[in-house]
Amino acid sequence: MTTTLEPKAGETAAPETEELHTWTGKTRQWLIKVLPSDKLLPEGQPSYVASWIYVFGMGAIASLVYIIISGVILSLNGPAWYHVSALGHFVNSTHLWSVELFFIFMVVHLWGKYWMAAWRGGRVLTWITGVVSFAVSIVAGFTGYLLQTNFDSQWIAFQAKDALNAVGIGAWFNVANLGQIFMWHIVLLPLAVAVIVALHVVLIRVHGVVPPIDAAETDAQLTETAAAHTEGGAR
Amino acid sequence: MSKEPASMTWRKKDDIASRPWKGRKREYDLFKELTVGVVVVGLLVIGFAATFGSPDEPSITLKAWAVAAPADFVTTATAELGGTSATATYGAPYNSTAGAGQSIGPISLSGLSGVQIPINTSVDLVTGPLSLQANPPSELAQWNSASADQQAAWVTAYSDALTAAYPPDTIAAETTFDTTKVATGDYGPVPALTTGLLTMAQAGALDGAIQNEGGFFNLDYTKSILFLGDGTYFVGIANGAHLTGDQWGMMNETGNYPGQSWLWLFSFWYQVPVIGGAANADILVVGIMLVLTVLLALVPFIPGLRTIPRWIPLHKLVWKDYYSKR
Repeated sequence: MTTTLEPKAGETAAPETEELHTWTGKTRQWLIKVLPSDKLLPEGQPSYVASWIYVFGMGAIASLVYIIISGVILSLNGPAWYHVSALGHFVNSTHLWSVELFFIFMVVHLWGKYWMAAWRGGRVLTWITGVVSFAVSIVAGFTGYLLQTNFDSQWIAFQAKDALNAVGIGAWFNVANLGQIFMWHIVLLPLAVAVIVALHVVLIRVHGVVPPIDAAETDAQLTETAAAHTEGGAR
Repeated sequence: MSKEPASMTWRKKDDIASRPWKGRKREYDLFKELTVGVVVVGLLVIGFAATFGSPDEPSITLKAWAVAAPADFVTTATAELGGTSATATYGAPYNSTAGAGQSIGPISLSGLSGVQIPINTSVDLVTGPLSLQANPPSELAQWNSASADQQAAWVTAYSDALTAAYPPDTIAAETTFDTTKVATGDYGPVPALTTGLLTMAQAGALDGAIQNEGGFFNLDYTKSILFLGDGTYFVGIANGAHLTGDQWGMMNETGNYPGQSWLWLFSFWYQVPVIGGAANADILVVGIMLVLTVLLALVPFIPGLRTIPRWIPLHKLVWKDYYSKR
């Protein structure tokens, strides 16, 4: 059965409080409720978001931007390009160092969130998606080392096959098969990292940044109204 | 009255951690932070790349191996021909070898895939490539028509003679292969076939011959890499570069580069003698790391582990500013 949704005379758009009947409408209503625009892109943060530890998550995302850009350039030119081109070697170097920075930032971010017990208050999925993105990134980094098409990748392939064969996945994750590893490295694993990181970021926006462990209802920063004490200037 | 300790639970309830923050706020521009982050990280990436570059040690070819360490090549080729090499007896996914896979007690996953990447070392690495030559060695016919027992007897005798002439611990350093150093004996066609393969490899014809077994388009280097790994030359180079498993090699790379330092814990278990020295070391280490990764993901659910941040209050440093204005 189809429901006519034409507005009656004198009516404008239906208010979001209206009961919606379509899957699309219900989904939109749920999305707006869970993540309203001011929550998705806020102009402020709670006063306790004032530490250098908060920059490492963003640092990891910024590194991921360079990993993707340099990776796209490398893959468009083929895995052997960087052996014969000075520009290719430089792009390969930026790929390597953006990966190194990505992991440094991510590890500091992870430890920071552990010591902040950032899973509190219904934020457990944010923690889990963070750990999963770390684990998937490790596999993605590993496949990159296999794609170097040099002695390092030959040796890593020879050495790593045993662990993968021991768990029975060596045939489909064959470290000595450049075609398979290329597909894992430039398609499946980056897609997985991007999706999980995006979900992680959305969850942070949905739940907000976790308050201090010892925050109490009697704290001056809670008892006084937000509007009256908005502190100016980004950190 | 003693203060109630802060809750470390992941559960959503009616507390400060669960409710939207209603207290003081500060201006915080996410897009500005992202832009600054991208610029700063970009400068770091370009700076590191321009200063340190990246490693690129050329790959080892079968030709390079045959030229640099011919005795090691011939010894390995003999084992491949006779089906006694590590690859020939590896088991799944390369071939069927009873009891070859690793297991933890009754749990054995290695054989689940079956033989998905079939490798017959005798044919794929030795007799097959030899038969592709314009003038294949006549000894091929003698080998192919011999019984399995006869083939095994020739190979065993020749392997023993090679080991006596070229001890395994120094064979990779031998830059020549002198047939007169090997004691005479009944080796059938084995010396001719393996020396023929050496000549073929030294000319550079073996790399392509093995690779072309997969057809014109072939991205699978499994056979060539396993062949290299069965010898001592390839492993010796890795050993010299501190890349082997007992040298934390899993997280190292060639040159003075940080490598995959995030694999330190994976690599660590191989340094523990009771694990690294076990016949099923790989499945043990993979199992440990899988369990630890799951535990890390589930920290919020584990009493004790989730409470450590309260017992060791590093959070006081993170939120120093907030706590000072309470």
